Amino acid sequence: MTRVLDAPQQVPGRSPLRLGRVSGVFRVRPMLVLLGGLVVLLGGVLLDIGLGEYQLSPGQVLVTLFGGGDYADQYVVFGLRMPRALTAVLVGAALGLAGAITQAVARNPLASPDMLGITSGAGAAAVLVIVFGGTAGALGGLAEAVGLPVVALVGGLLAGFAIYGLAYRGGVDSYRIVLVGVGITALAGNAIYWLLTVGDVNDAGRAMVWLTGSLNARGWDHVVPTAIALAVLLPMTLVGAHSLGALQFDDDTVRGIGVRVNLARGVLLLAAVVLASIATAAAGPVQFVALAAPQIALRLSRSSRPPLVASLVFGGALVVAADLLSRTAFGAAEMPVGIVTAILGAPYLIYLLIRRYREDRA
Amino acid sequence: MSRSGTVGSPPGTEREAAPEPAPRLGARRRRRLLGLAVLFGVLVVSCLLSVAIGAKSIPLGDVWTSLVAPAGSENSLIVWDLRLPRTVVGVLVGAALGLAGALMQGHTRNPIADPGILGITQGAALAVVLAVYSFGISSLYGYIWFGFAGALLGALAVFAIGSMGGAGATPVTLALAGMAISALLQAPTSALVLSDQESLDTYRFWKVGSIAVTDPGVIWQVLPFVVAGLVLGLANASGLNALALGEDVARGLGHRVQWTRRLGVLAIAVLVGASAAVCGPISFVGLVVPHIARYFTGADHRWLLPFSALLGSSLVLLADVVGRMVARPAEVQVGVMLAMVGAPFFIALVRRRKLVRL
Repeated sequence: MTRVLDAPQQVPGRSPLRLGRVSGVFRVRPMLVLLGGLVVLLGGVLLDIGLGEYQLSPGQVLVTLFGGGDYADQYVVFGLRMPRALTAVLVGAALGLAGAITQAVARNPLASPDMLGITSGAGAAAVLVIVFGGTAGALGGLAEAVGLPVVALVGGLLAGFAIYGLAYRGGVDSYRIVLVGVGITALAGNAIYWLLTVGDVNDAGRAMVWLTGSLNARGWDHVVPTAIALAVLLPMTLVGAHSLGALQFDDDTVRGIGVRVNLARGVLLLAAVVLASIATAAAGPVQFVALAAPQIALRLSRSSRPPLVASLVFGGALVVAADLLSRTAFGAAEMPVGIVTAILGAPYLIYLLIRRYREDRA
Repeated sequence: MSRSGTVGSPPGTEREAAPEPAPRLGARRRRRLLGLAVLFGVLVVSCLLSVAIGAKSIPLGDVWTSLVAPAGSENSLIVWDLRLPRTVVGVLVGAALGLAGALMQGHTRNPIADPGILGITQGAALAVVLAVYSFGISSLYGYIWFGFAGALLGALAVFAIGSMGGAGATPVTLALAGMAISALLQAPTSALVLSDQESLDTYRFWKVGSIAVTDPGVIWQVLPFVVAGLVLGLANASGLNALALGEDVARGLGHRVQWTRRLGVLAIAVLVGASAAVCGPISFVGLVVPHIARYFTGADHRWLLPFSALLGSSLVLLADVVGRMVARPAEVQVGVMLAMVGAPFFIALVRRRKLVRL
């Protein structure tokens, strides 16, 4: 009995890695993809901090980051651009991770937090405040007291809990959770559009900017909460992700191999909801990152389900690159970052979709 | 008992049920025919309600007299020029969206496929915003054709990318290509809307979706397209049934998979494009209706498609009537009402029992 378990089980062609109870297989391609993503991410951050009206070379940025540079350099880097760049990284990372979790749990590439109604819930709450903020006294006062990000966070969490609660029937079926999520998305999405028609056109404009996803004037107070959320939730999801492989099978099989399905699924989904809500609270519902980053990571590393860490890195890289372009490529005007993530991410996803077919045929 | 058990059963059980003795099949056909008759009844009632109820309360008798013998009075003007066109638009758009939704879910084999996912809504939206921004067109008559062309181009682009390489479009790539194209089209739309207040103003009112047309002439403009789309879509039924068995099996059975797909996408684009052009992107019908219809018919597309069309019409009309009643004398647009009424209903349905899987 024990001898069978002790005997090292070989995965053909791979060498297993064991560390106490944890084991895994080392695969070269996903590692290279992850490293590549990290290089792009770090390069993007250096450029994002350096470029702008006050130009700094990547070298100067590095020097400044380690305490050098004159007062102006210090101010531009630490006061203005670094918090913004970090917000971009963290928002993208949180969205990428949330997307990877939901896509893996629901076994559906479209089941990103956008589709599950979490970002729409956050958006509806925020638009409510923006549209009525000036006119309706009580609500306006409340909004001013707690701030737009908090309102958005509450909206996203409410939507997330509503979805989980409504999809729960002695367990959460992944198919049901996607459908319930779609219902909530429709509800919140239509509420948003209706609110846009109720308000003044100027308020509608402000709400549209927020709804597109904007990093304008983001500071340290946006960085810190997102960073804390990621620091807490990333280890949690990595532990939970151990059972993600098992969740690929149907529920009875999963129970049969001894995984507590509902617990694992519940914890992972809760983590995804909090991540997506925090990201939305910080920058608005930046479209497409949660959908595209896991799919791009999946297709590049050729794994069977969206890889969590790589999705996180790709999400961060996508938003940083988008922020860089949004500040520099459109002259004096600044595009909301959500528009640029779509322009960057969509063609790449399309390219990957097309290329896969070419390889299949070859 | 066993009969009601098959209502919501997955297609697997249905295929197992097929070789069973004839009486059961006959019973199912009877039930479906009965359902069809009931849906017709619901649709007729919805039409009557839609004509009878409005911002100005007109006694039922007056509605009837102004319908059959229009005397040129204020009441008959309201009935003939406002309510009747609105009802007709509701029927057309509802049928178009219901059928398009069923087609989309069938082709992508994705339970959450709707016009927003296949890039059609965003194509129409970009075209409408472009019409307002670049050409200053702000009347429905003007931008209806832009919306139509945009929807068509969006759908064709998604299909072209999804089926690139000649291997044909698989459900997942089709859906992913749809989301990618949607995001790509949404970007310039947002950029235009954010830079131009007039475009934003048109866009936000178009985006909620309303069937309150101001010009009855619009009906004659879209009617041929909706009819053509309905015919094309219904002709797609047997091909879709074969595709549900998997592309290889369908090919083995002698079905021309590529043609089925092309026909389907054309029908979807025409149906959604025409309706989006008239009343904006009404989002909920195409998504929900097929799920409700499948609950009655099972996964057989020859029944599912007509059921979805009928159900779509009734749903749009009823939601519109409720929207006129809740905020008197103002009204809530049908797109918003559909979500407010439809979403809780949809969620309850999803919760109540196992839905038919695709």
